[in-house]
Amino acid sequence: MDRRVAAAAAPPRRGAVSSGQGASRSAGAPPRRILSIWLGALAMDRWYLAQEQAGEQAEDAPLVLIADTAHGPRIEAANAAGRAAGARAGMMLADARTLCPAIRTAPSDPAGDRALLEKLAEWAMRWGPWSALDPPDGLLVDVTAVAHLFGGEARLLEDVAGAFARRRLTIRSAIAPTAGAAWALAHFGAPNSILAPDEPDHERMPAPLAELPVAALRLDSDVLTVLRRLGLKRLGELTTIGRDALQRRFRNRRSPAANPLVRLDQLLGRVPEPLLPVVPQRMPLVQRRLLEPIRHRPLLDRVLADLGEDMARELEGSAQGARRLELGLWRVDGEVAVRRLELAAATRDPAHICRLFAAKLDDVDAGFGIEMLRLRASWAEPLALEQRDLEAAAEQRGTSLAACIDRLSVRLGEGAVTRPVLHPSHIPERAQRWQPPLAAQAPAQAELAFHQRPLKLLDRPERIAVLYATPDGYPQRFRWRGSVHDVARVEGPERIAPEWWRERGAARLRDYYRIEDGEGRRYWIYRQGLVGDGRGGLPDWYLQGLCA
Amino acid sequence: MPSETLSQTCEVAAAPLARSSARWQPGLAARVGPVAHSEIFSTTNHAGGVAAALALALDDWRHTPRGETREAQDRRAVLWVQTREAARLTGRPYRAGLPEELRHRVIHVLAEKPEDALFALEEGVRCREIAFVIGELSGNPRALDFTASRRLTLAAERHGVPLYLVRLEAQRDLSSARMRWEVACAPSAAPAWNAQAPGAPAWQAELFRARAHPPGSWLLGEEGGRLRALRPHEVEEEAPRHTWTGGLQQRRRPRAAGR
Repeated sequence: MDRRVAAAAAPPRRGAVSSGQGASRSAGAPPRRILSIWLGALAMDRWYLAQEQAGEQAEDAPLVLIADTAHGPRIEAANAAGRAAGARAGMMLADARTLCPAIRTAPSDPAGDRALLEKLAEWAMRWGPWSALDPPDGLLVDVTAVAHLFGGEARLLEDVAGAFARRRLTIRSAIAPTAGAAWALAHFGAPNSILAPDEPDHERMPAPLAELPVAALRLDSDVLTVLRRLGLKRLGELTTIGRDALQRRFRNRRSPAANPLVRLDQLLGRVPEPLLPVVPQRMPLVQRRLLEPIRHRPLLDRVLADLGEDMARELEGSAQGARRLELGLWRVDGEVAVRRLELAAATRDPAHICRLFAAKLDDVDAGFGIEMLRLRASWAEPLALEQRDLEAAAEQRGTSLAACIDRLSVRLGEGAVTRPVLHPSHIPERAQRWQPPLAAQAPAQAELAFHQRPLKLLDRPERIAVLYATPDGYPQRFRWRGSVHDVARVEGPERIAPEWWRERGAARLRDYYRIEDGEGRRYWIYRQGLVGDGRGGLPDWYLQGLCA
Repeated sequence: MPSETLSQTCEVAAAPLARSSARWQPGLAARVGPVAHSEIFSTTNHAGGVAAALALALDDWRHTPRGETREAQDRRAVLWVQTREAARLTGRPYRAGLPEELRHRVIHVLAEKPEDALFALEEGVRCREIAFVIGELSGNPRALDFTASRRLTLAAERHGVPLYLVRLEAQRDLSSARMRWEVACAPSAAPAWNAQAPGAPAWQAELFRARAHPPGSWLLGEEGGRLRALRPHEVEEEAPRHTWTGGLQQRRRPRAAGR
């Protein structure tokens, strides 16, 4: 079963994983403890594991994992022999080759490393109720009040080390009251170090932390350079020069990774640092492997109907409905055809799903036959069990709106079915937007009732040629689309100024007139600009809307 | 009074009740239900055709008796299908200018080809959560032949969702629409407070083919949220109202065609 790990907001369980002062200061509650695990050689370990699985003997020659950049291959990770030979992460491969010509290379795989890290985060929930990713190569686990289950924090760390050693992954881990402190100790402290719950006095930095280098603050490299030039090498030295000096020096750095003061506060628990816990999600997936590859459409429809029913059962079991479905068709010769479907509302009606897919299967080339079909609901929403229509008449009366919209958008394309919604602007063509028909409408101010607007608006205003203008300013006779109109009635002007906060300074205002010509045809026209407003020559006239 | 008008008036007065009930009038949907499929012929240089279609649709919708099993509040949507050509010529619906009760209901479908538009119309009339379907097609596309229009009529009658198809710049070809109108704009009545301004919209509508009614022509307009249809002789009789301008700005109303 396909599993996906998604970061989701923590449920409101009193700052679930946030390591902050609020949690540690509240009386009675156990002090917050965060376990940080650093997989220092994640990419290299993963490469060795993959080699072993493939049955190949990995010798201890110098080896680097490389990524292609604009300036040539760059080293992403190196094994122990490679490091001994002089290769470092971040080095160009050509430089490493000059040091050690015998160095071997393999491509790096950041996406695969990330996937492994996500799996490990889920697996690390064996040590605590919440775990979070600490990209690119770390994990954070909330072990508040659970250490006694493992026989104390030292035993807990031993357990962690043993479990990762069995998976052949090298780690360093630490436990501390905040995520920042745990990270710093895991990366730069003694192995398996434990920082005791802090005293109420936040001003003094605990001794194990004061000895760490400033790189333990999770700062960007340019900030580290600045600190090094200032002569600040240890965390303890940062507190000696005074808070105000640091505040002045980094006053315009907002991001925590660029401001040592914020990182220092996070390390000591003076400001909270929320973490996004990992919540495993199951993606409903059904598949059929076929003994005999199918080459004909009726059989494919039959299998698709079976898959649809399996999927409906799967979704019903988890009280969900699908919003996006992906159908993969594996051919005998290895080709995969994927058809994707998005639905206007959550549904698990097999007949409806099959009907929508049927329109998309017309151009599938079966080749020598299709041997496997897999249907996956990559986006599902909660959908309660629903009662079937009791009256048979209601079933025959027609489709539901969501089904109708699904069918229309499958045949006509994504953006073809829309609904007009109001948008806060007083420029007429900007005051309306189009959005998917069943999406929730944002709350908006109602239209002003004293303005009459046209029934229809042209996609772009069409220029009209004014043949004869009255002294009042509006045209008496004009030509539009090749025919001449005599204005009989007119109402206006309604002046609409340009939106100076988003348009250029030379944008001209519009004077709108509602007019009716001699045959009763009603239009909405405007003059762009005024005579002598200094924003161009004589103003042009445009026809923008057709009134009822 | 011209003799023709006199004879027509006498004929109407003397006509039996059955004859007058057969004649089309607003609010007929209360007795016989909405017209399943109407076609409104119009030109592209004004929005009168689609406005009249909306007025007819709203009249039918307001007067259609609702079944006892229906919800108390009608929350059905309105499907508005346009081909890209029709949208280019006559524009797209503008929410602020739509009738009040339609503003939040309109779902707009933009079809590239007439075939797609017909598909959308048919899907619309098959849907139970749609109150009525408005279609706009320009010209006489090959896809809209008699078979296709019959298909639409049958689907609309079967599912009870009326279809109002606006035909822009089209010939009066074969069709199975139950009522076929030719709509042009008509000069509006002067508003009470500003005689210079365009008033409430009015349309000159000719019913040239209908299944259950004799043909005729009306001056359609909306008054107080209801459709109002005047026969040509009633238009003549309607005296010009006295406004605050004291008759100074009254326009001469063009005489109705053929009179």
